[in-house]
Amino acid sequence: MTTTTPAPGEFHVVGDDIRDAAAPTGPIERRWDDRKFNAKLVNPANRRKIKVIVVGTGLAGASAAATLGEAGYQVVSFCYQDSPRRAHSIAAQGGINAAKNYRNDGDSIYRLFYDTVKGGDFRSRESNVYRLAQVSVNIIDQCVAQGVPFAREYGGLLDNRSFGGVQVSRTFYARGQTGQQLLIGAYQALERQIGAGTVEMNTRHEMLEVILVPDADGVERARGIVVRDMVTGEIETHTADAVVLATGGYGNVFFLSTNAMGSNTTATWRAHKKGAYFANPCYTQIHPTCIPVSGEYQSKLTLMSESLRNDGRIWVPKKEGDDRPASQIPEDERDYYLERIYPSFGNLVPRDIASRAAKYQCDDGKGVGPGGLGVYLDFADAIERLGRPAVEAKYGNLFDMYARITGEDPYSEPMRIYPAVHYVMGGLWVDYDLQTNITGLFCAGEANFSDHGANRLGASALMQGLADGYFVLPNTLADYLAASPFEKIADDHPRVVEARQEVEARITKLLEIDGTRTVDSIHKELGHIMWEYCGMERTAEGLTKAVGLIRELKNEFWTNVKVTGVNEELNQTLERAGRVADFLELGELMCIDALNRAESCGGHFRAESQTEDGEAMRHDDQFAYVSAWEYDTDGDGQTPILHKEPLEYEYVEMKARSYK
Amino acid sequence: MKITVNIWRQKDADAKGSMVTYPLESVDEHMSFLEMLDVLNEKLTIDGEDPVAFDSDCREGICGTCGVVINGIPHGPEVTTTCQLHMRTFKDGDTIDIEPWRAGAFPVVKDLVVDRGSFDRIIQAGGYISAPTGAAVEANNIPVPKADADHAFEAATCIGCGACVAACPNGSAMLFTASKITHLGLLPQGQPERDSRVLGMVEQHDAEGFGGCTNIGECTAACPKGIPLDVISRLNRDLLGALSRQAVGS
Ligand SMILES: Cc1cc2nc3c(=O)[nH]c(=O)nc-3n(C[C@H](O)[C@H](O)[C@H](O)COP(=O)(O)OP(=O)(O)OC[C@H]3O[C@@H](n4cnc5c(N)ncnc54)[C@H](O)[C@@H]3O)c2cc1C
Ligand code: SF4
Ligand code: FES
Repeated sequence: MTTTTPAPGEFHVVGDDIRDAAAPTGPIERRWDDRKFNAKLVNPANRRKIKVIVVGTGLAGASAAATLGEAGYQVVSFCYQDSPRRAHSIAAQGGINAAKNYRNDGDSIYRLFYDTVKGGDFRSRESNVYRLAQVSVNIIDQCVAQGVPFAREYGGLLDNRSFGGVQVSRTFYARGQTGQQLLIGAYQALERQIGAGTVEMNTRHEMLEVILVPDADGVERARGIVVRDMVTGEIETHTADAVVLATGGYGNVFFLSTNAMGSNTTATWRAHKKGAYFANPCYTQIHPTCIPVSGEYQSKLTLMSESLRNDGRIWVPKKEGDDRPASQIPEDERDYYLERIYPSFGNLVPRDIASRAAKYQCDDGKGVGPGGLGVYLDFADAIERLGRPAVEAKYGNLFDMYARITGEDPYSEPMRIYPAVHYVMGGLWVDYDLQTNITGLFCAGEANFSDHGANRLGASALMQGLADGYFVLPNTLADYLAASPFEKIADDHPRVVEARQEVEARITKLLEIDGTRTVDSIHKELGHIMWEYCGMERTAEGLTKAVGLIRELKNEFWTNVKVTGVNEELNQTLERAGRVADFLELGELMCIDALNRAESCGGHFRAESQTEDGEAMRHDDQFAYVSAWEYDTDGDGQTPILHKEPLEYEYVEMKARSYK
Repeated sequence: MKITVNIWRQKDADAKGSMVTYPLESVDEHMSFLEMLDVLNEKLTIDGEDPVAFDSDCREGICGTCGVVINGIPHGPEVTTTCQLHMRTFKDGDTIDIEPWRAGAFPVVKDLVVDRGSFDRIIQAGGYISAPTGAAVEANNIPVPKADADHAFEAATCIGCGACVAACPNGSAMLFTASKITHLGLLPQGQPERDSRVLGMVEQHDAEGFGGCTNIGECTAACPKGIPLDVISRLNRDLLGALSRQAVGS
């Protein structure tokens, strides 16, 4: 039973454990086949009568919408950009994994499964990860059939490269623009369905609420969404038989991240406030190789692909506060600290480890560049070994991007890099079928929590987004839709009207406050709090402080924010205000989650839980579970309820990760 | 640096717009162009004025969302996207004119924001390979000569920003359309639909009100991804071939 008062020093209460009821048991290689075989099918003639809402047109949403459209369902798709092709997946650089074993280097579905479970620091589900590894091979086939121009070898076959954290070459890529090419493939498939009339596309529409309607048995089902037309301000309601959220990650809670300016949590947070559990919100991935911040005006951070670590060497001066230019620091006064501490993986250690190591160097006063917040990524050796043309061919576009942003030439002086928020492993809790705990509400891609545990390996998010959209959802959603079409919901249904009114009231309130603080100034302040206390290293003391600070800031927002203009126009300030309001609440939950998880695992590092030599220390006896948070509706979110989903490992033995 | 900006302000699609001047006192040379506009907007908001509406999302030069005409040149004086242009390109005391894309097929929505939905409709008319999910063969069963694959990739790097249209005196979207024809037409998977693709896309291009191409080449000069003019020759060859095959009814 759930008590209503938190234990001392905590902000939450503990509810009942939950289980993933949808996952089959039996041999792991058979589970996905069994699930598909036992899933109910929808008669092709009926599909025309069944409507599915898909929010988001990134890899997960576009692939799902296109595939469902091809299958004959009526699909209604939404995105906030002016075209589905601009979803943030477009920015992914490095590549996509698949267990093809084209290199004959010992790769297999089992190895990809194993690497992903281990890379996730034993905080993901074996069944999900195995399925991901299985369908990875179909993804490459599908993308090639669509015309995705992956890199090829001279013989005309597909090329591969290796990516941080693993020792086989299983990453498929299209120069430094893999996300772009994969998304364009999915986008074209989507546009084809729009042309064919199976998908209705709504661009510049932002989802602001889900609509739940109880069925005849009293089961609350997701039956629609409320959206705002971002050009006219009109508030629209859309109803359907099922709703899929594929709305991406919430890294922008930190203000500065590598995410796109519009990336947000609004869709998932609204669903959370309507009852969907939010899983592992504190699992954040901080990417080690980003261009450092240059000033207060900075609006976003730019990633330099991880592939740079294949040839670049990371170092700092041995001497604290050494402000000589890099070229004047002799070899024996440089500390190649990753190579020193992790001799077997060197510069290729997983992201969380590389990021924290950089932070420690800077904390010790050895950082380089403005404010001492940077380390060198040096290509001098690579240029000498391979020649400048070879380095140019491999990394030319990245070097150009660096030069453009910083005004410095990375061929003649080392790049300066620093970690930045990049990806979130947390997201809406879903079962094996990608269904949230709200019946009929599904969640795919970065927006769900499902496959990466506490840390995602490079080139695995693109794989997951496309696995979810092309191969998983079309099967599991059909199982749900087999009982549909459900009773039609009228536009004047009390639940529809109520959801619309909630949205309108929130907008009116935002516009009425008319205070003195800009939305961005509050968002930046939230970002500073999150980075300081819920970033690369977290402590109980800091997190407790952060919860208090965020609560004060939330109050400041709702009493003193200034939102100019009116609703009935294209109003970008209003859009941002709505997103920041949700980030403030999510940030608070992230801190509460991080506080509860008094262990270090993957991207979540609690200073209190480390080994003698400073490595992350898990506590499997206490924390081998998924934290699925229920919104506390009565208490206005002040006391969230924690449901634990125990994690069991039948195939991969739980070990401490070691990359030394 | 001190910078003066003249910005096109237009309340909505139907309103009449005009240029409005704003002085900026302390612009840092490391700021991106859009960060300079962010700073202006913060100031306008505090003063209770309506901030300038402009589109951007990735701010990494890849999503194609951003794009304004800077001193008469789409995306400004360097070959890059607006979001990747930095203030170090300008000098203390400069005056910068900032306007939206101007083209009949890209109506202004507000200030610097335009509607590029016509691009999506061109893709709907054939800019794809029909490969329903599940129907694909093993990927390495379709070898593609590296040169073709690389060339297809280069054409596929078009970000759909629309600078080519804004730069073209005829308001033509041929560079955009031809980059897709080239990407898909160079691959073996793209052959079966090669004729219907070019016919459909060109018809839609014209129906959207984009002008004809007269080989002026301003498009390619403005293109942040360096899409070359020869993609248009390829489109023309494909179109002629498709038209003649259509005429003989083969
Ligand atoms: C710079 C960068 C590089 C990366 N590189 C790699 C890589 O090399 N390999 C890899 O595997 N992963 C990489 N990743 C991670 C990966 O790109 C993302 O995790 C993945 O693309 C997310 O896809 P998605 O479909 O879940 O969401 P997104 O692509 O983020 O799409 C979200 C969609 O939801 C819509 N949306 C959001 N909110 C709303 C709302 N409220 N209303 C309506 N619509 C909404 C948006 O319009 C958009 O269409 C990278 C990420 C970044 C930031
Ligand atoms: S061809 Fe170039 S200018 Fe035209 S839309 Fe594509 S990237 Fe933009
Ligand atoms: S904002 Fe994405 S290309 Fe400029």
